[in-house]
Amino acid sequence: MVGFISPLLLLALLAVPLLWFLLRAIPPAPIKRRFPGVALLLGLMDEDREADKTPWWLLALRMLAIGAAVVAFAGPILNPKAVVAGKDPLLIVVDGGWADAYDWPRRIAKAASLLDGAERAGRPVALIQLADLAQPVAFKAAADVRGKLATLVPRGWLPDKLWEFSIKSPLQPFETAWISDGLAHSGQDALVEALAKRGAVTIYASEKPVYALGAATPAEGKLDVTAARQPAGPATALVLVARGPDPSGTDRELARAPLTFADGALTAKATLDLPPELRNRVTRFAIAGQRSAGAVSLAGDALKRRKVALVTDAAEGEGLQLLSPVHYLRQALSPTADLIEGGVLDVVPAKPDVIVLADVAQIPGAESDALMDWVNKGGLLLRFAGPHLAAADMAKLADDPLMPVALRQGGLTSGGAMSWGAPKALATFAEDSPFHGLAIPGDLRVKTQVLAQPGPDLAGRVLAALDDGTPLVTRKVIGLGQVVLFHVTANAEWSDLPLTGLYVAMLDRLAVSASAQAATVEGLAGLVWVPLRVMDGWGELGDPGSLAGVHGAVLANALKTGPGVDAPPGLYRHDARMVAVNAVTPGMALVAAVWPAGVALSDLTLPVEMALKGPVLAFALLLLLVDILATLALSGRLRFGLKSGGAGVALVVLALLGQPHPSYANVADDRAIAATDGVVLAYVITGDTAVDAISASGLQGLSDQLANRTAVEPLTPMGVDVEKDELAFYPFLYWPVTADAAVPSSGAYARLNKYLRTGGLILFDTRDADMAQAGDTPEAAALQRIASGLDIPQIEPIPEDHVLTRSFYLLQAFPGRFSDGGLWVEASPPDAVKADGMPFRNLNDGVTPVVIGGNDWASAWAVDDGGAPMYPVGRGSAGDTQREYAFRFGINLIMHALTGNYKSDQVHVPALLERLGK
Amino acid sequence: MTISADLRARAEALGQTLPPLLAEAEHLAATVALGEHGRRRVGMGDDFWQYRAARPGDPLRSIDWRRSARSDQAFVQEREWQAAQSVVFWVDPAKSMAFSGGKRASKADRARVLALALAVLLLRAGELVGLSGQESPRAGRGQMLRLIEAMALDLARSDADYGAPSGGFVNHGRAVFVSDFLGDMAAVEASLAQAAGRGVKGILLQVLDPAEEEFPFDGRTIFVSMGGSVSHETQRAGDLRSRYLARLAERKARLAELARAAGWHYLAHHTGEPAQAALLWAYRALEGGR
Repeated sequence: MVGFISPLLLLALLAVPLLWFLLRAIPPAPIKRRFPGVALLLGLMDEDREADKTPWWLLALRMLAIGAAVVAFAGPILNPKAVVAGKDPLLIVVDGGWADAYDWPRRIAKAASLLDGAERAGRPVALIQLADLAQPVAFKAAADVRGKLATLVPRGWLPDKLWEFSIKSPLQPFETAWISDGLAHSGQDALVEALAKRGAVTIYASEKPVYALGAATPAEGKLDVTAARQPAGPATALVLVARGPDPSGTDRELARAPLTFADGALTAKATLDLPPELRNRVTRFAIAGQRSAGAVSLAGDALKRRKVALVTDAAEGEGLQLLSPVHYLRQALSPTADLIEGGVLDVVPAKPDVIVLADVAQIPGAESDALMDWVNKGGLLLRFAGPHLAAADMAKLADDPLMPVALRQGGLTSGGAMSWGAPKALATFAEDSPFHGLAIPGDLRVKTQVLAQPGPDLAGRVLAALDDGTPLVTRKVIGLGQVVLFHVTANAEWSDLPLTGLYVAMLDRLAVSASAQAATVEGLAGLVWVPLRVMDGWGELGDPGSLAGVHGAVLANALKTGPGVDAPPGLYRHDARMVAVNAVTPGMALVAAVWPAGVALSDLTLPVEMALKGPVLAFALLLLLVDILATLALSGRLRFGLKSGGAGVALVVLALLGQPHPSYANVADDRAIAATDGVVLAYVITGDTAVDAISASGLQGLSDQLANRTAVEPLTPMGVDVEKDELAFYPFLYWPVTADAAVPSSGAYARLNKYLRTGGLILFDTRDADMAQAGDTPEAAALQRIASGLDIPQIEPIPEDHVLTRSFYLLQAFPGRFSDGGLWVEASPPDAVKADGMPFRNLNDGVTPVVIGGNDWASAWAVDDGGAPMYPVGRGSAGDTQREYAFRFGINLIMHALTGNYKSDQVHVPALLERLGK
Repeated sequence: MTISADLRARAEALGQTLPPLLAEAEHLAATVALGEHGRRRVGMGDDFWQYRAARPGDPLRSIDWRRSARSDQAFVQEREWQAAQSVVFWVDPAKSMAFSGGKRASKADRARVLALALAVLLLRAGELVGLSGQESPRAGRGQMLRLIEAMALDLARSDADYGAPSGGFVNHGRAVFVSDFLGDMAAVEASLAQAAGRGVKGILLQVLDPAEEEFPFDGRTIFVSMGGSVSHETQRAGDLRSRYLARLAERKARLAELARAAGWHYLAHHTGEPAQAALLWAYRALEGGR
């Protein structure tokens, strides 16, 4: 499918054959050649006059090129967006629920494409999102709707009660484009019917399935998470991710499990077997890679830590700890549960999830009633046998409702000194037991137990049994709760069970199943639930903002039938309780939408519009290039051009490959010439542009002062790269040390050392005013790094009689921007002695190769283009003096670099003495 | 000879290229002339050549008494032949000579170098050298400068596409024609006939560019002579190659035949080759004819 932006231009193609006649008569232009031998050519006729006319293939080539150019300028477009035919307004309907979120960009692109089409046809457009509340539909110009389209976001719920939209739909005829999520929603049929009455309806639905993740349900210690999809497709392997805060509080992935849809299956189940510590932390489950609120399941309270109450016989307070019936329970439960200990009446008001009665035989009436009430409401009463229970009056106990089974008087001891038979092992857990699947340690033995009175309902209450069939754990359901009895003690007295991991696992499974309380209407009603976190359509939890509290009834409704505008998905809180409202409710089924006959169905694929103008034009150009070559070949110019042309092509290719580097040798030569034209002060380029600029202007200032005051008239200072540039031309290098200065390469060190050995002088400036005192600033560290590779002699703080103090000016301080930093120079020879009557020692040899300090001299010297100081130094006139001394130091330094120890000669002593006033 | 100021200026401008040419020519002559000494023949001259026994008829005056006194026989002292020849050069100053098919020196340069080198050799040998159409031949080193000046004048004066030799022969002298001989053959023929009539012998040195020998052209081309007076257009220059080469061969054959008929020597020389061979050949050809 190729369309044209301006198809009328194609008429120009009709003129292309004219070229045949025009160009055919014009042969390629001849070359004019100076040739003395022409005298011999006179009168020679061409054997073949055919070449007088342009060859047909060259003509065809040119016509093709011109034709291609004409086609290109007509603006060919591959797969042009179809103009939506018709003049009626266009209603674009977007479901806009979470089921749209996973391929929202495609839906928006589709809507935009429809908008474009409508705009080209000049049709008014309206856009509605069904997940929002119904609003009256008003048709506007497409450009006005575009803004609204850009701001559409998917909601965290699904569209509902669509008949409300049909009421609000306008009465005029219009066409409808419905970008559907492919699911059936309530009132959908009515809306389609209403829309179909106004005009044609086209449904655009994605071919990809919608995934919905149900809530996690604790099942016998593990977590089952079910997911559904619509439509069913081939087998798909997804990944379920459990997320929650890690111990540091950061939200992260805690576990993942495969979630595999069988081929054609609508649902899949993932099972997570998490350690309790992890499970307590899980806040939500999500399908990895599915960006949709439906693919996220908030965990809420359901997986939280349990509250377990331990009730023991009050009389055992003085027993040894390891013999305490609840010691092992405490050890087993304390990591995963909140433990309460006390009497029955103390713990029941705390509303524990579990109450453990360890070897408590007789429960007084009041306590029994309280317990009964609590169990009826969903509590789990966990009882353990023991000597007291075994010794209790079984006749009384038989009608105790808080005992799962009737017990026989006394216990059964096996394997003891006074008994026959060996201790019993555990039988494998039955399939319907909550303990099913737990591994039984082979060395687990039960020595003593209480026996259940055989009865008709005993078999149904046994959760675990010994290998001789006698029950070990029995359970009775009372109301919403249950009573579980371990027929052994909670400690290791009667059996090895408390010593094994199986004990913990059994307790865990019982405790988990104990608190899976569904949030019921009764539990929520009458309270106002405050939204804590709200989930948007993408499945992201966000701040609820100004969202008002939600009434319990509404919340319960949302929990049952799915969230909506009035109760968006998220976490709601009331006091200590937290309810998670998920986008997918437990009973929700994903039902595929069924569209009535007469509705056009389409998918979301967009025609990829591709402008061909560029490629076609390039093709035409290519043909013209070929034409040039062919013409050259025809006129005989190509043969001659091969040699020089080849070189030309090579040059062009080289030029294309990269600008030919200006010969470095030339640059270096120019530099060398510039540097040796006169005295040039140089600074080391640090790579820090600010520092380099200060260095340049500082040395310029110093150069100006030198020219003003001394016979030295330096040229413009130069920056040198110690890695590349020749250093020998510069008598003086200023090296500002930055904290992040790179250590020079070994080649650079070699050159620097040669420079120092052959009389160069480097002024290292750490610019921190601190180097002399502490030496631990970052710059000082950098200086140590750099200097470690340099061939620097031993240094010392500048002595009073150093030649630097008198090489031009008489100085005793060397301030820059800072005035209190010290100055280090090469140590004077130890045998230097001061002659009598002389102001300084006899130090005639050597120029210090390095001067190290931190007074930031360049900043003090720095002048701008007008010669004015660039950086403040000190305050007021004291600052001016300091700057003056900075200049004097600079001049002394350059003089020292240029004249060496000339001023150290004793010849100058009388003059110096006079100036010193001695 | 009056020379207009303009002509003088042009001649001087052109002549500026000649001193290097002269240097080149001297150099060339030095390489070639090694070992070429004297005439090694009896004749008129100042230098002693040999003694021979006096024969009847020898004038008494010619008997060398000093030699004869040392023996019983009378001897006659013979002198080396030293009669100077007049050699007139015609170096084609036409524009066609300015052609160069590549980055080589032009034909004119080569022609002048050869002519000057030959002149150097000849002057060294004591001959009289002059330029056709100019002053009469003279001997001596100073003549080189005059030759150069005259050549420059010739160049400046010439605006023809193809040159034709002018007269100015010295009776029984020698002539050296250096040209590409691509122009009208009639003038050459007439010149040779005139020369033959005056007893002048000489050499025809045809200097050609390799491009003229190979005709490496193709495609649609308009060939224009150097001065622009003659042009020829062709659609396929490549097709003309064989016929052009045939004509060139014919021209060379004609020149060789003319030379033979007049007792002259002919050589075709290419600017692509070294000049020594041509110089050597020219020198020997001139010497042989004497």
